[in-house]
Amino acid sequence: MARARRGGPLVWLTESRNGLGLIFMLPAAVFLICFLTYPLGLGVWLAFTDTKIGRAGIFIGLENFTWLSEDRVFWLSVFNTFFYTLIASVLKFALGLWLALILNENLPFKNFFRAVILLPWVVPTVLSALAFWWIFDSQFSIISWVLMKWGMIDAPINFLGEPWNARFSVIAANVWRGIPFVAISLLAGLQTIPQSLNEAAALDGATSWQRFRRITLPLLTPIIAVVMTFSVLFTFTDFQLIYVLTRGGPVNATHLMATLSFQRAIPGGQLGEGAAIAVAMIPFLLAAILFSFFGLQRRRWQQGGGD
Amino acid sequence: MVDITRRHLMAGAAGLAAASALGGRAFAQAAAPTYTPESGAELRLLRWVPFVKGEEAAWNANSQAFTEATGVKVTIDQESWEDVRPKAAVAANVGSGPDMVMSWFDDPFQYPDKLIPVTELANAIGEANGGWYDGPRGYAVKDGEFIAMPLCAIGNAICYRDSHMKAAGFSEFPTDSAGFLELCKALHGKGTPAGFPHGKAVGDGNNYAHWLLWSNDGEMVDEQSKVAIDSEATRKAIAYAQELYKTFIPGTESWLDINNNRAFLAGQVSLTANGVSLYYAAKNDPAMAEIAEDIRTHVLPIGPVGKSVELHQTTSLSIFKHTKYPEAAMAYLQWMYEADRMNAWIEGASAYCCPALKGFADNPVWTSNPIHAPYAKASESLRPNGYAGPLGPASAGVMADYVLVDMFAEAVTGASADDAIRGAARRAGRYYS
Repeated sequence: MARARRGGPLVWLTESRNGLGLIFMLPAAVFLICFLTYPLGLGVWLAFTDTKIGRAGIFIGLENFTWLSEDRVFWLSVFNTFFYTLIASVLKFALGLWLALILNENLPFKNFFRAVILLPWVVPTVLSALAFWWIFDSQFSIISWVLMKWGMIDAPINFLGEPWNARFSVIAANVWRGIPFVAISLLAGLQTIPQSLNEAAALDGATSWQRFRRITLPLLTPIIAVVMTFSVLFTFTDFQLIYVLTRGGPVNATHLMATLSFQRAIPGGQLGEGAAIAVAMIPFLLAAILFSFFGLQRRRWQQGGGD
Repeated sequence: MVDITRRHLMAGAAGLAAASALGGRAFAQAAAPTYTPESGAELRLLRWVPFVKGEEAAWNANSQAFTEATGVKVTIDQESWEDVRPKAAVAANVGSGPDMVMSWFDDPFQYPDKLIPVTELANAIGEANGGWYDGPRGYAVKDGEFIAMPLCAIGNAICYRDSHMKAAGFSEFPTDSAGFLELCKALHGKGTPAGFPHGKAVGDGNNYAHWLLWSNDGEMVDEQSKVAIDSEATRKAIAYAQELYKTFIPGTESWLDINNNRAFLAGQVSLTANGVSLYYAAKNDPAMAEIAEDIRTHVLPIGPVGKSVELHQTTSLSIFKHTKYPEAAMAYLQWMYEADRMNAWIEGASAYCCPALKGFADNPVWTSNPIHAPYAKASESLRPNGYAGPLGPASAGVMADYVLVDMFAEAVTGASADDAIRGAARRAGRYYS
């Protein structure tokens, strides 16, 4: 060690354990700094400037945020984002878990079904969004058409034209797309639960609900925490689906923070304000991450107890 | 920055030769400036993806001929029309990328100081071709200087089913907005309704919203850039929009640019406003021969303002200051605007592009098919965005943020006129502050 030191920093770098470690980490560090830290930092900085596309801005402090705090459209987009994330995540979780439990049973053609389940997730979002665009079209919707043929309605359903219809329509499309991720991940989790536990409980006379509640769910919690964190993050930052289906319409009823940020920043040219909307998403995303990592992974919760 | 050296060969032999090559009309204008491309010059043009194959073919053929005549290679980059704006803005400010851009609306006013003034050329071309229309000119002139060459307006006009209009009891298309409302009511009564997009349709939605406002003599801002949307005229426009909306097919709040085309071609709506592409979609499809036969077009009705005013879609050509070959770029523009070539291009675009120069109004394309006639009026009825204020980032931002589209959409879907106006005024104020 002492001899290496005498050889200068270069020798230390190449010959000592720590030095080599540094060198090996360097590519990853450079990658992270260039493609993650720098853009994120730049985005945060832009949020505090009045930068327009192709025009450098000056630091204006919290002005963007002050303006946004009085902007009806912004608050509507915040509401929409939360509503969208909450309803879609709950539905994805419930349906995904249900699907995972079914697929975990011994079904005929089990592998076939498991593969089919993945399809919605494999199709590129834009393609499935385009398909949903037709499904929800105000004149040519297949749903309206079938219901009209059956004589259940007289006029096509205004899926994307009426604010609440539009919100639930985009949520339906998002849920359809997001279920496979939740289902397959939870299925993987279910398969790590030892059968012996269930068998022992069954011998002790536990009902299947008790076994689910006391064995499956607690053991699955760590997986659920990770899966739902990702699911919430994906949903919260969703963009493509909205952009293809409604562009945030009707009258901004489906504008999410991500789509509003894009509309203001790129076509609108107000980079600073768009960045401010994007930055406003960060606290919520952080909260979601912290909640799942520190909350859902608590021992006591995992063992089925309360605080 | 590149130093611009223009060589004027007012009466020189080369000037005469060039002028005679330009045909009779240009020959009379001996004052036309001449540009000699720098040796080894190469040009890149950034343009929007063509909508019409014939337009692209004609433009590229003209461009190819330029290369053959001058040896200047011209590369044409196409970007989808919504991506041209950010790309050009970045190119302007970074100072590299394409030498010229074919951009939309008020784009040149986003970076006027990054563009080479083309006043001399524009004046010469204008003089030689009957002058520029005011609207397209407004999109190109800043403080008396042309910062861009107005190219054309992508016209917007009412497309309707003749048989349905007759069935509704109208033998002639109404020319004023009051009569138009009656027609839409009658169409609605017959179960063959009209439909205009109230959703976030970049082109059609903005065209319709601006017509509603302007035909009622409303304006977003006044000459001093003060937001002036809160006015009696706007209230009148909103009241009119609300009445008209009642006659529409349900679901227009969700319509994006393509929906009205789709609904019209499927026979779901009998009247909408669109570019001439709607007609060609029907005409080129044998299955839709019946609809194509039945389509008629008309300029949008005249409202209380007393004349035809519309937004349309406008495009212009500008040269970036960062180009290494300004002379070649000038020569290119001059070449493309030369009468025969411009005429070939206009014909190729089959009425999609209404030229910004009055001299091309006699192009046979406008009379070859009565469907085309209203589209010939586009440059004439065109009014620049953000009227009556100046063009710039504010006017562009207000349109990109759908301020006007949202105002009417809110009002027709139940919000009070006052609420809708207040929201629009506030959002516009942000951009104009």
